[in-house]
Amino acid sequence: MLRRGRAGGGLEQQEAAAGVSVPGPGSSSMLEVRDLKIHFPTDDGLVKAVDGVSFSLDRGRTLGIVGESGSGKSVTSLGIMGLHHGSNADISGHIWLDGEDLVPASAARVRQLRGSKIAMIFQDPLSSLHPYYTVGYQIAEAYLIHNKVSKKAAKEHAVDMLGRVGIPNPQTRVDDYPHQFSGGMRQRAMIAMALSCDPELLIADEPTTALDVTVQAQILDLISSLQDEFGSAVIIITHDLGVVAELADDILVMYAGRMAEYGTAEDIFDRPGHPYAWGLLSSMPRLDRARTERLTPIPGTPPSLINVPKGCPFHPRCAYAANTNGRSQNEVPLLRPVGPGHEVACHLSTDEQRRIWAELLQTQLAPAASNGEDA
Amino acid sequence: MVTFIIRRLIATVFLLIVVSMITFAIFFLIPRLAGQTSYQLATQYVGRNPTRAAVLQIEAKLHLNEPIYAQYGRFLRGLVFGEHYNSGTSTTYCPPPCFGYSFKSQQPVWPQMVSSLPVTASLAIGAAVLWLIGGVTIGVISALRRGTIFDRFSMGIALAGVSLPIFFTGLISLELFSYKWPIFPNVTFVPLTQNPLLWARNLVLPWVTLAFLYAALYARLTRAGMLETMSEDYIRTARAKGLQERTVIVRHGLRAALTPIITIFGMDLGALLGGAIITEHTFSLNGLGQFTVLAVENQDLPEILGVTMLAAFFIIIANLVVDILYAVVDPRVRH
Repeated sequence: MLRRGRAGGGLEQQEAAAGVSVPGPGSSSMLEVRDLKIHFPTDDGLVKAVDGVSFSLDRGRTLGIVGESGSGKSVTSLGIMGLHHGSNADISGHIWLDGEDLVPASAARVRQLRGSKIAMIFQDPLSSLHPYYTVGYQIAEAYLIHNKVSKKAAKEHAVDMLGRVGIPNPQTRVDDYPHQFSGGMRQRAMIAMALSCDPELLIADEPTTALDVTVQAQILDLISSLQDEFGSAVIIITHDLGVVAELADDILVMYAGRMAEYGTAEDIFDRPGHPYAWGLLSSMPRLDRARTERLTPIPGTPPSLINVPKGCPFHPRCAYAANTNGRSQNEVPLLRPVGPGHEVACHLSTDEQRRIWAELLQTQLAPAASNGEDA
Repeated sequence: MVTFIIRRLIATVFLLIVVSMITFAIFFLIPRLAGQTSYQLATQYVGRNPTRAAVLQIEAKLHLNEPIYAQYGRFLRGLVFGEHYNSGTSTTYCPPPCFGYSFKSQQPVWPQMVSSLPVTASLAIGAAVLWLIGGVTIGVISALRRGTIFDRFSMGIALAGVSLPIFFTGLISLELFSYKWPIFPNVTFVPLTQNPLLWARNLVLPWVTLAFLYAALYARLTRAGMLETMSEDYIRTARAKGLQERTVIVRHGLRAALTPIITIFGMDLGALLGGAIITEHTFSLNGLGQFTVLAVENQDLPEILGVTMLAAFFIIIANLVVDILYAVVDPRVRH
């Protein structure tokens, strides 16, 4: 898999941080997020929900953002949607969508883009759909705001969209209420709503978490096939590595609001460099491992975002923090390239990372066959 | 939907019958169980020093000597068809719905109740419109501007509104706006059909007084409901579609937040139609509330029975209307 124009992220990040005027995105990517920070001042202190996140994404590609609860993945996506407008969030950095920076853009402008160029699917389709309006109305509503069409045309469009997401008898189901749909159908309806304006970017925030296991795969297939059909870029946010393995081209691993590791799906699954990524992979059940093998959990709990540990935020839970001569305890690790387009924020040297990962493959993850696509 | 309404209507009739049984039992069966004879009961219908013949005549005329179930049957029949009272020489007809004769005035109860109904209805409905509009508006604004001066100020006033009794706010308003600055000098009831302007003007003070209490309650309820709804996932979805904030608030937020308000509104209005006792008393309005107070003071059983039945009727009807409205508003109830 080839890297697209995401040149020397580290350097650009420093430029942006140093306040050097950056006239535009450093690449021609459709979406370019650079040094995004979303902080919430609270009575207990400043919550750094997102603290310096950078990535880029092109049409037709899929980025998976992975992390535990509270790692800032949902806050990042809501930030791209401009849904922190009106809250007390403190947002800095850049979100370039087709060269237009959304961070300083007016609320009205972001609202225009919302639903038309960027759309979002949420975790729980039942609570995300309004119980008092028909599914068709809710889909048509999104289409009506962004297109100058009659209500009748909008409803026909809703029927069409319901058909395209695989809902049988869309002509009659369009007048049903969300509670008359099954869980999987509700999520299909959410997808129909999100795609009704043919967005360039689709953000799926844990789209399968609230669904039956049997339906999860169907929804993922649907997202993937609609992505091919509509040519949108997709950001999929999840804590389920199985989901990203299935869909993502690139993966961003987040921890405590910061980037832990960023690379292609192959990079993350085959040669992960961050101990947190190792932990995630070891705690994932895999078909290619012996059934007697126990899963290895990551010890401890994610840190409070108000009191992020000094140094590397992961060090209290990290088995290798002792190997860095105290740097992990005192110094925040910067993201640095370990391979082409593969960046890791860890004080362990690249060689050491490779050595430990090779060891893990022999021990904890054995007999994991790491050949390309993971199941 | 139609079967739902029919089912509810049938249930309503049953409920009313049960209410009538209980009230009838309280007023006519329990005294009898306690040893009161029909003669003693009949004595209450006649003047201070009745002759034995007069009492016996009343006893026969009102069939008080019959067994209690026969009297109840007669009472039910009277409600539907009216009742002929035969006092030997002449018959008096009590047209349906006949709640019997008042001890005090020797008149059928119903026409007296009906004549006081417009006063209570004018008072209750006018105040309801005021408090619904005022309370909901203030509640919504408070919720959307949570923590601002507007929110704190209006919630402070609302707390006062909930805590201050009507006989206090009512008297203060009378003192200020009727005596000191006579903007609304007369608080006497003028029928709407006779002079709508005077009707409204004379009722402003009672309306505002009554509405203040309820508006305070509704503002707090709406604020709480709105805060809860605006943090729902579907509000985030509505915003994610790119809807205008106003559309998000009104079409998606308020619609859901208002549903529980409808229930409480129906019940409150129903209860008030049965008589806004304190407000009517404070402003000396001769509505159902005053009628009730007098009936209780005089221990006028037929009147109390009538007013209880009427109040129960209003509450049950309000309940029915609320249930139907609920089904109209919330599709989950319908299907």
